[in-house]
Amino acid sequence: MPWVHTIISIRYNPDALDCEERNISKPENILIIGAGSAMARALARRYAARGHRLVLTGRDATALARDCQDLLVRGAALAHPLQLDVNDSDPVLNECMKAAENRLGYIDAAIICHGTLPDQPTIAHDPAQVADAIRTNGLSCIRLLCLLAPRLRARRSGSLAVITSVAGLRGRASNYVYGSAKALVSTYLQGLRAELHPHGVHVMDIRPGFVDTPMTRRFRKGILWSTPEQVARLIDRGMERRSDTIYAPGFWRPIMWVIRMIPESLFKRSNL
Amino acid sequence: MNEIIRQPCSGWGRYPVIEARCHDPEDVASLRACLRQVDVGDCIPRGKGRSYGDSALAGDLISSRWLDTLLELDEDRGMLRCGAGTTLDTLMTLLIPRGWILPVVPGTARVSVGGAVASDIHGKNHHLDGCFSDHVESIRLMSGDGDILACSPTERAEVFHATCGGMGLTGVIVDVSLRLKRVPGPMIRQQCLRAGNLAETLSLLAVHNDSPYSVAWLDCMAGGRAAGRSLVLLGEHFQAPPVAAPGASRLSVPFPTPAALLNQYTMKAFNALYYRIAGRHTARIQHGQRYFFPLDGIQNWNRLYGRKGFLQYQFVVPDASAEQTIEEVLHRTRRIGIGSFLTVLKRTGPANHNPLSFPLSGYTLALDFRYDPELLPVLDTLDDIVAEAGGRVYLAKDARLSREHFRRMYPHWESFVETRCALGAHHYFNSLQSRRLGL
Repeated sequence: MPWVHTIISIRYNPDALDCEERNISKPENILIIGAGSAMARALARRYAARGHRLVLTGRDATALARDCQDLLVRGAALAHPLQLDVNDSDPVLNECMKAAENRLGYIDAAIICHGTLPDQPTIAHDPAQVADAIRTNGLSCIRLLCLLAPRLRARRSGSLAVITSVAGLRGRASNYVYGSAKALVSTYLQGLRAELHPHGVHVMDIRPGFVDTPMTRRFRKGILWSTPEQVARLIDRGMERRSDTIYAPGFWRPIMWVIRMIPESLFKRSNL
Repeated sequence: MNEIIRQPCSGWGRYPVIEARCHDPEDVASLRACLRQVDVGDCIPRGKGRSYGDSALAGDLISSRWLDTLLELDEDRGMLRCGAGTTLDTLMTLLIPRGWILPVVPGTARVSVGGAVASDIHGKNHHLDGCFSDHVESIRLMSGDGDILACSPTERAEVFHATCGGMGLTGVIVDVSLRLKRVPGPMIRQQCLRAGNLAETLSLLAVHNDSPYSVAWLDCMAGGRAAGRSLVLLGEHFQAPPVAAPGASRLSVPFPTPAALLNQYTMKAFNALYYRIAGRHTARIQHGQRYFFPLDGIQNWNRLYGRKGFLQYQFVVPDASAEQTIEEVLHRTRRIGIGSFLTVLKRTGPANHNPLSFPLSGYTLALDFRYDPELLPVLDTLDDIVAEAGGRVYLAKDARLSREHFRRMYPHWESFVETRCALGAHHYFNSLQSRRLGL
């Protein structure tokens, strides 16, 4: 019925959510790892507007300092930079977590946002580069969680959240190295969630779809793409509701359900 | 593989559409690197893409989207320094609860500060407070060869004035220092007056010249004795119990309206209904962000004009010839039978020192038209009428003005070109518009 489409349709916009501009009286202490990522920046700005206390880690000290200044202007009660390369040795990571905890007093929420998007065809058959991609996107998150989990468990409260990806739900020819690193983290988070649940710690797996960030600047954008601000709003809401797994935006949940249902014998022939 | 691919790009009017590469540097260093990658001479800075026509279109676009950090806020003196990509939305949300606002805002908050400077935008208070650039303390500009130039009305004044209203043709604006305005609270008291014809509309706007904010919505389809009837909307800051700021809009136009729906009958019906319904609220008190940014109430409203996009025709004419010129323009657009949802008339104050700044003392009228190739010659004749009356067309809205008309309308264009050449910017930055206008 094409005439139906001729009605100027004004539809409900699912991106506009209600949790904006809540005034939370008690500032929370939030650690953001990989704060240079576009989603992390958008999220940190939301927290800053509510007057939370933030510690940010990242590789680029200049960018971190600039972001911290930005967050203070936006209203953060604290915005402290800590330079960190997540692939550094365990003692370095441990020192950094300690420093963050000292700054914040204690950690209400830790959100791990760092990641790289390797170009699959370029790295495909180079073991060193593949290992590198898996180390950065997978192993480093797990090492950080190992250090953070006991700290939150000891206080019997707080949230741990990691940005993984819908790419971790099915291995695709076009980016299975990245996908398998993310799958590693997702599976780890499931176990960690079950372990920490009795101790009152919330563990959240954030699975964004295509997000228009500097990491994805070489891709052609289309209707499935969302902005870092939209994803940040959903992360915020997920933290509030203590969700286990969120898809950002939510339409990725049914899409990925269908994609996971496709039998492997068909999937291997498809170009999905 | 790190090559950026070409994607379809357009201004807010969705006409014209070209294939362009969009670069998005994250800081000054990557901006500098970016300038070395682009096609020299076919590159233009771009903010949020809210200029309507082709002023931010070229083969290579340098987006300021990640240059959006807030650098400094002095709440005592009312000064703010921020990256060029910061949106006015961000700033208003930040400032209003702190008792400040931006002194000049347009009808949408979804523009960047860099874009606001480059188009030297005006708002509902132009008759009293002037343009956006009149409240800019200083800017930092990156020239084509990667140097950072600090400019202000006292330092490199030529460059400053050329950059304000300069449509991005002097370099890439990196950050901007702004003076803010104190307000008693977030609320605005709006008054709505009905005017039965054009003469009445103009005289109401003139009589209420001391009202801090004023604008008129015009029924462009009404003919005969009711031609130019309007709702004159006045506003002032008002101390009232504040309500929550409006959140992101829930309404969105999901796809372009089919052309069949946009004809003189629907336009006539819409305009007549709006005149009746909106005119009922004679006075109301509302949140500033709702009052200032009515266009943000519906997301993607630019799709309302259909698949081919639309042209906005905004011009300003001096007081003396205002009534006659506006009447003539309304008459001619009625005759071609395709009107606009939103026709806005506003009183403007004196011009400033920027060679390409749009406003001058008089009245400005803005009309939207669904794109149609047959429209172009009609708009050319309107250009003649406007130029004859000593008026001009707004470059931020333009996608088709001819070089000859432009030169008649902007008599200081040569001084702009001189400054641009002295900077060497003509080797680096050119848009579809600048080529068409011979800038």
